[in-house]
Amino acid sequence: MHKRFLPLIGSVAGLAMMAGAAVAQDESVEVLHWWTSGGEAAALNVLKENLEAEGVTWQDMPVAGGGGTEAMTVLRSRATSGNPPTAAQMLGYDILDWAELGVVGNLDDLAAEEGWDDVIPAALQNFSKYDGHWIAAPVNVHSTNWMWANKAIFDEVGIALPTSFDELLAALDKIKAAGYTPIAYGGQPWQDATVFEAVVVSTAGPEFYQTTLNEFDQEALTSDTMKQAFESYGKLKDYTDANTAGRDWNLATAMVMNKEAAMQFMGDWAKGEFINAGKVPNQDFLCARFPGTQGTVLFNSDQFVMFQVGDEARDAQLKLASAIEEPSFQIAFNKVKGSVPARTDIDDSEFDDCAKKGMADLAAANEGGTLYGSLAHGHGAPAAVKNAVYDVVTRFWNGDIDSADAAAEELATAVAAAQ
Amino acid sequence: MTLSQAEVAPVATAPRGLRAYAQDWLPRLVLAPSFAVILLFVYGFIVFTAYLSTTNSTILPRFDFVGLVNYQKLFAQPSWWTALKNLMIFGVLYIGICTGIGLLLAIFLDQKIRGEGVLRPIYLYPMALSFIVTGTAWKWFLDPGIGLEQVVQNWGWETFTFDWIKNSRMAIYTVVIAAVWQSSGFVMAMFLAGLRGIDTEIMRAAQIDGASALKLYRRIVIPMLRPAFLSAFVVLAHLAIKSYDLVIALTGGGPGRATELPATFMYSYTFTRNQMGVGAASAVIMLAMVASIMIPYLYTELKHEARS
Repeated sequence: MHKRFLPLIGSVAGLAMMAGAAVAQDESVEVLHWWTSGGEAAALNVLKENLEAEGVTWQDMPVAGGGGTEAMTVLRSRATSGNPPTAAQMLGYDILDWAELGVVGNLDDLAAEEGWDDVIPAALQNFSKYDGHWIAAPVNVHSTNWMWANKAIFDEVGIALPTSFDELLAALDKIKAAGYTPIAYGGQPWQDATVFEAVVVSTAGPEFYQTTLNEFDQEALTSDTMKQAFESYGKLKDYTDANTAGRDWNLATAMVMNKEAAMQFMGDWAKGEFINAGKVPNQDFLCARFPGTQGTVLFNSDQFVMFQVGDEARDAQLKLASAIEEPSFQIAFNKVKGSVPARTDIDDSEFDDCAKKGMADLAAANEGGTLYGSLAHGHGAPAAVKNAVYDVVTRFWNGDIDSADAAAEELATAVAAAQ
Repeated sequence: MTLSQAEVAPVATAPRGLRAYAQDWLPRLVLAPSFAVILLFVYGFIVFTAYLSTTNSTILPRFDFVGLVNYQKLFAQPSWWTALKNLMIFGVLYIGICTGIGLLLAIFLDQKIRGEGVLRPIYLYPMALSFIVTGTAWKWFLDPGIGLEQVVQNWGWETFTFDWIKNSRMAIYTVVIAAVWQSSGFVMAMFLAGLRGIDTEIMRAAQIDGASALKLYRRIVIPMLRPAFLSAFVVLAHLAIKSYDLVIALTGGGPGRATELPATFMYSYTFTRNQMGVGAASAVIMLAMVASIMIPYLYTELKHEARS
């Protein structure tokens, strides 16, 4: 009996081994990210296709949630179980926190070969490198202090784009009188913080922003200037509609697109939504810096951090990192996503008007020293402090803190407790 | 269970063969693996969490002892006090209303009505949904822009408002509404089983004695349902403490942090905010709160059972 089955068993085993060997040679990368909305997914598709052309399969691992908090939680469980993804999208201080744990890979050879040190802005390199070694490949540079306006409403009401906070309030009054919702607002803590930090720059100046929301100087946090910033932020509430609590950012962008609201204060990933819906800058929508923040760029940069994945996957991982920094990918991706390239040596002719403005602003801010990390998006402080600020700002916005004075005091205490 | 005299004596005087010996030890041997697993994974990790709460862990566990600093930080957070207050409101209302509605439905269904076979599963269906589905469905239903408020306004009552879910003070009550809807049927099923177990002789004897329906239920039936009350309380209390997915799906933590509960607080501090030490401290406090209610209650109930 056994003798008859032996050759059969042998050939089946042989076939299985061959199939196994064939599968092992197929390179794949598993990438964790939170780019799940229309414009973002389209932008990431460019990378997927580029890699597939090089023979690397893309295993997608999307975890929805605009600010990336859910994705970081998923990453934690994967990394602690010893099975990290090939690469994970990360922002700012999270990268440094993870690097400290010693689970990230090393891209020094690839960086030297492709000359990354010369073309990636210094402020970004602060987050792409740990201890002098390259650990992440920056994909783009987003800026958070933008204003996106519906051109039709502005033309109808007959106002120009405001350039200071007082002009903004005047414009909002006129729009409200004309019957439109002035501000399309999403009531989630990270969105509250995004608007708040722009208000701080607008009403108190960029240096004050750096002292308070990047360096967390206690005196500055409890100063009258901070209290006034909170007051100004609170004034915006009258110009939002009643359903803001919990609204996702892309639904607020849709409100502007559909002429229900006049403007949204959001980072330039909102532009990706407009482009994806076929809207044209300066025809359907207008882009400008948050009134009063012209000349300052609050940035956040999505970077793909490479994890230690063992030698078999290393090849595919390096191909991924190289594909990310390739100029043609940088152009194709950032055109769709709404951000500007992470390399300074990219030609801007293929980009739309708003992106050209963004690239020019970034270069100017880089030269002039007004390029600051956005606190609301993880480039101003580690997660504990960032969330402490979120708490105070969102409680103030929702009326759980009575006055601007109390808010400033609470902010100082909360930040001290989280450090 | 205490053994009576009659049961103890024969075992002591009979000869102890191998079979008797095996019968004694076999149950313990079979239960030993489960017991060991529970000891490690439940109680062992409770001790581990308590230890973590005294360390300076941030993203991943670290083992440097820092004393009770995390507890100080914990009680200095306004959102922790909000979470505790919300748990009290939510817990009391959820357990109270569920028990009340469950008991009422069970009593009504027990009246030998015609449609009982159809009505009973209908009331029980919400329990089959996961809390995420309940939370999402109720979020849409309670949203002023697309839910109840808009529908009633479109029907003509234009001044009708129901925006509790967007209101910092009232949002926690919407969580109560969704949770009660989910669990009332289950409590009803438990009480129905309890009612079916009551001896009809006692009921008839009481009716002969001239007890009115209300007195009958109040003085005789409900006290006899004590075990069912205990079960309902245990199940509801644990669901209330555990409430994470319902809150996240329904309000995402509420307008701002208005519907923060200890479970969402613990999760966000441990994982999202990279402050595992404070998260562990909040988990220990949650355990202490649960234990302080459950242990005395269980003790009195089981003593009551043993005596009767």
